[in-house]
Amino acid sequence: MSTATQSERVALTGNEAAATAMRQINPDVVAAYPITPQTEIVQMFSNFVADGDVHTEFVRVESEHSAMSAVIASAASGARSMTATSANGLALMWEMLYIAASYRMPIVMPVVNRALSGPINIHCDHSDSMGARDSGWIQLYSENAQEAYDNIIQAVRIGEHPDVRLPVMVCQDGFIISHAMDNLYVLPDEDVQAFIGEGGGQEHSLLDVDNPATFGPLDLQNWYFEHKRQQVEGMKNAHRVIPEVAREFADVSGRSYDFFEEYRTEDADVVVVVLGSTAGTAKDVVDAMRADGHKVGLVKIRVFRPLPADKLVESLLSRSAVAIMDRSDTFSSAGGPVYHAVRHALYDVDERPPVSNYIYGLGGRDIRPSQIRRVFEETLEVARTGQRSRSISYLGVRE
Amino acid sequence: MEDILEVRWHGRGGQGAKTAANLLAEAASAAGQYIQAFPEYGPERMGAPVASFNRISSRVIRIRSAVEEPDVVVVLDASLVHSVDITDGLPDDGAIIVNTDKEPHEMREELSLEGRQVFTVDANSIAMDTIGRPIPNTPMLGAVVRATDILDYESFLSIMKQELEKKFGSRPEIVEGNIQAIERAYEEVRSE
Repeated sequence: MSTATQSERVALTGNEAAATAMRQINPDVVAAYPITPQTEIVQMFSNFVADGDVHTEFVRVESEHSAMSAVIASAASGARSMTATSANGLALMWEMLYIAASYRMPIVMPVVNRALSGPINIHCDHSDSMGARDSGWIQLYSENAQEAYDNIIQAVRIGEHPDVRLPVMVCQDGFIISHAMDNLYVLPDEDVQAFIGEGGGQEHSLLDVDNPATFGPLDLQNWYFEHKRQQVEGMKNAHRVIPEVAREFADVSGRSYDFFEEYRTEDADVVVVVLGSTAGTAKDVVDAMRADGHKVGLVKIRVFRPLPADKLVESLLSRSAVAIMDRSDTFSSAGGPVYHAVRHALYDVDERPPVSNYIYGLGGRDIRPSQIRRVFEETLEVARTGQRSRSISYLGVRE
Repeated sequence: MEDILEVRWHGRGGQGAKTAANLLAEAASAAGQYIQAFPEYGPERMGAPVASFNRISSRVIRIRSAVEEPDVVVVLDASLVHSVDITDGLPDDGAIIVNTDKEPHEMREELSLEGRQVFTVDANSIAMDTIGRPIPNTPMLGAVVRATDILDYESFLSIMKQELEKKFGSRPEIVEGNIQAIERAYEEVRSE
């Protein structure tokens, strides 16, 4: 059934894995501007273009705002379109992010997570993509180079599905994943091509002169609301499409994906929720604590937009206590973005567990197993006492 | 985690500390091991102290934290010994491998180091003889394989040859020089 044996085990960095996925996708258009730590992806991709390994029209633009504008236009004309960015580059795309989503352009964009300035910092946190969580893009988060690679390939199918038609960000942690060499399995080029299919083409295309369509008209009180409501419907449909695409991908790759991964949660009293590379470290901590007899488990969120709220509730409602780890802050003084989302999802459950929040790793601050162990231990204590409070802690910071 | 070998490379910008970690990882990966290789990114520039890291294990490596207690420290430039805390976090049973023309006991005295295994090899001279440039990273790989036994030497050599041919296929003299450098460092590294 599985053709996973044809996969080649290689040693690549997260950026190399992303560039490899882009080469195998062979998009019609890539428009990009360099920014650390993403630069390598489009630098390597430009080599593929120069070497004739892809047929892509590579557009060297003068800013990320232009990069996003260019791929919106190319996607509108029916071309499969990609770009990649990080941090301030993503911030500079901001107004165009919303436009890409509202025009329903299935652009796939690797985002190499980096702290937003200021102060200026090139290292990982999730302030860039979390800031864009309400822009209407689907967001997938990756634990390692393998997941970054697999998510980029699946993103093409998710975004282009006729019932979804939305842009997709595929996030990987800057430097921790993007610049770290890691083992992964790479599919044969033809398997990737077969999986993603022809696609790209729009139901309505700028270049389809027989069926003329308008993109970007003025849309005032009379219709704007209806178009935004339809956009929500696309995101709702993604709840159905994401697992469908994952199942097909599992047939090709032998690797399974879901909205989130549950690690040793079956009988867990305490569950920690995390996304990105920290999940890997946290799995080691779960194993160590299980060996000491603690009933602990981990939920690693892969799909943050759309938010798998019902499924998260199902996974978390029977726990004695839950802790959410956020690698960015909302500056609401009421907790981080993942905390807000998960805690909110649990509101309708009468027997909901206490949920506390740990904000960690801003600007690339290292997160150690001992710190994650502390999160579990404190949450076990909350489980014992049943104490409820809006507990928001900052982990590994001088204060 | 006990079943993961952790290596920290110290060098100066331009000496190939990042490349050395990548090459060791690629060789270990090709030999069937699980690997990580990552550099420490700061405001690096030519000549400034830099570091890079490896994790090597027979099982999947999930941890993504910094390497704090390396089993092996490799020093590509002996002048770093007095400006960087190169033994930081090195456990009592750890090993340190220094590119220097000094004997291991001299390096031990210079570092005021007790316990640990101290290895020295004159990788600069080896690199000048074999590659023609003072690039110590590939000979130091030979020393690391000798000092750690993490890889079978013969298969390491053949993998390195393949990797170097991929990178320098059009210049066989570079491939040959680097292989000779690895072989000589493997033979010449001394320990106490």
